[in-house]
Amino acid sequence: MNPAAFYPTATDYLRFLPELILTIGGVLLLVLEALTGDNKDKSSLGYLAIAVVLGAMFAVPVALANPGTSFNGMIVSDGFAAFFRMVTLLVGLFTLLCSTSYLSREKANTGEFYLLVLFSLAGQGIMAASNELIMVFLGLEIASISSYVLAGFLRDDKRGSEAALKYFLLGSFATAFLLYGISWIYGVTGATNLVAIRESLAAGTSGNSMAVAAAALMLIGLAFKVSAAPFQAWAPDVYQGAPAPVSGFLSAGPKAAAFAIFLRIFQTSFESFSSRYEPVLWILALATMLVGNFSALWQSNVKRMLAYSSIAHAGYVLVAVTTNSNVGTAAAMFYLAAYALMNFGAFAAVTHLAGRGESHVTIDDLKGLASKQPVVAGLLTVCLLSLTGVPLTAGFFGKFYIFKAAIDNHLYWLSALGLLNSAIAAYYYLRILAAMYMHEPKTTDHPEPVPGGIQLTMWFSAAGILTLGVFPGLVLDYANRFATFVK
Amino acid sequence: MTLEAFFFYAFTTLALGGATLAITRRSAVHAAISLMVSLLGVAGLYLLLNAEFLFVSQIILYIGGILLLFLFVIMLVNLDAGRGLRQFHQRWPLGAAVTAIAGVAFAILWSRAKLPPSQTMPDVGNVELVADTLLQDYLVPFEVVSLLLLVAVVGSVLLARKRA
Repeated sequence: MNPAAFYPTATDYLRFLPELILTIGGVLLLVLEALTGDNKDKSSLGYLAIAVVLGAMFAVPVALANPGTSFNGMIVSDGFAAFFRMVTLLVGLFTLLCSTSYLSREKANTGEFYLLVLFSLAGQGIMAASNELIMVFLGLEIASISSYVLAGFLRDDKRGSEAALKYFLLGSFATAFLLYGISWIYGVTGATNLVAIRESLAAGTSGNSMAVAAAALMLIGLAFKVSAAPFQAWAPDVYQGAPAPVSGFLSAGPKAAAFAIFLRIFQTSFESFSSRYEPVLWILALATMLVGNFSALWQSNVKRMLAYSSIAHAGYVLVAVTTNSNVGTAAAMFYLAAYALMNFGAFAAVTHLAGRGESHVTIDDLKGLASKQPVVAGLLTVCLLSLTGVPLTAGFFGKFYIFKAAIDNHLYWLSALGLLNSAIAAYYYLRILAAMYMHEPKTTDHPEPVPGGIQLTMWFSAAGILTLGVFPGLVLDYANRFATFVK
Repeated sequence: MTLEAFFFYAFTTLALGGATLAITRRSAVHAAISLMVSLLGVAGLYLLLNAEFLFVSQIILYIGGILLLFLFVIMLVNLDAGRGLRQFHQRWPLGAAVTAIAGVAFAILWSRAKLPPSQTMPDVGNVELVADTLLQDYLVPFEVVSLLLLVAVVGSVLLARKRA
């Protein structure tokens, strides 16, 4: 064997730099957590985690400056990977900013929370950049297992423990489907590298029914992870039961990473039978939008409502995936970035308003918020308007590009039904706005001050939403440029 | 019937029979021992495929390590509480129907599939081949698995430790 092939080159490491920084930072936190005393304030570990995430964010352009595959084609550093690394890191940064005060309030401020967020981010980064089904599986599992624990982090909270258990069982079930699909694909093509699978399928066995079945199994596994109907049942319970910052994290970060591998696998490896899975994705997208929007109409708990709304938004992204085109991929990328901003902004507001023990999470509790806390109400309004898809917000352009891509690809019915869906969705977002602005406050007690991290998150997401709502080109041009995959 | 075919069917019977018993036995200890029989059958199949390394690691890791751990855990929990329990859901007809449909679908797929020609193992030592693949081509996944295990350990300790 040639020993030169044995040692990874420096460029290999640079292409993997964001995940390396996150992993090293996570392990460092693990050691520091053990070294600091039990009764000390652990907020400083949170700040350290924030510094690690910022470091990883700076490493993303470094990885992008060295495009190509590394470690024998395990990891690919391209614009697509860099985009999703950035989105997940941004969500992670928001999570950490919101959690220091949240964890102190719930008296559960320990370092493990922060290191699990870092490990989950490393897993999501591996997912975004993986070029190999084995890496996809490992990244997905690292991200998922950290998420299960984060969902049940407040162990004395019954709803949280229930959420963690449900998430764990259904998530493992979904992973089993994915893994079964991977093993079939390996049996049929003899490869786990995405490009090698593509070549093997294109070289004559493309009509292979076993490969189609394997793709179907993997589709089920990934549909679970992006909470597409009919595999969405876990999402409402988990988002409702998990701590509010974690719900925001789960609904934006791992979901974006799951969509990233969804797009990459289906457009790289399985492109040769795109005509077969298009109808399946069509139905999946429509069902997801319908289930999410109609269930959200009846919710009185804001977290649960946002969970159903996140299912509906996964449906919109699936419309973009159904187009199976570069324009659609770019639209999905833009939408997921915009969605991360607006959804996390909303969850940040909920994190603050829920109060100790998350006892104030119904729409009734938001009554009269505009007169009590006008700034929080205003920032939450920006997020909700963007989720509705009102012009001048990022959500408007997100939906616009998705439906434009769908119409360009002759998916007229799906676009029409999708537009009707977003009209339905306006109702439940407006219900919150009406409660905040058109009702008197229930109580007259003085509101608690908003912690700095949550304030920063809300201002940042509102500013991002409005910027993208006026200058969508900032992100869309990038997405358009990098919506093609290495083939 | 060749000798190889005879062993193939013998090991398959062990694997399938053991798996069936593992999910039907009411006693947890019996179920674990049936699982061991099933794993032995799979190990035999690996040997028939000339995959000696997998055969050995199947025996050492699954039967020697994991299953022993299963038995320890089963012995530690109160078995009598579980023995009296009746299965309370009545979904088995649905489960049987789904399994039958999946089985038929698999048979149809299998008959229509164009599978790549089966490969025989080269005569080079199997262990060397595994080592080369694992520590060269798949070095990074091999390392990343350790991160996965670390996360799992930290997570389980966090959720299971005594309340402060």
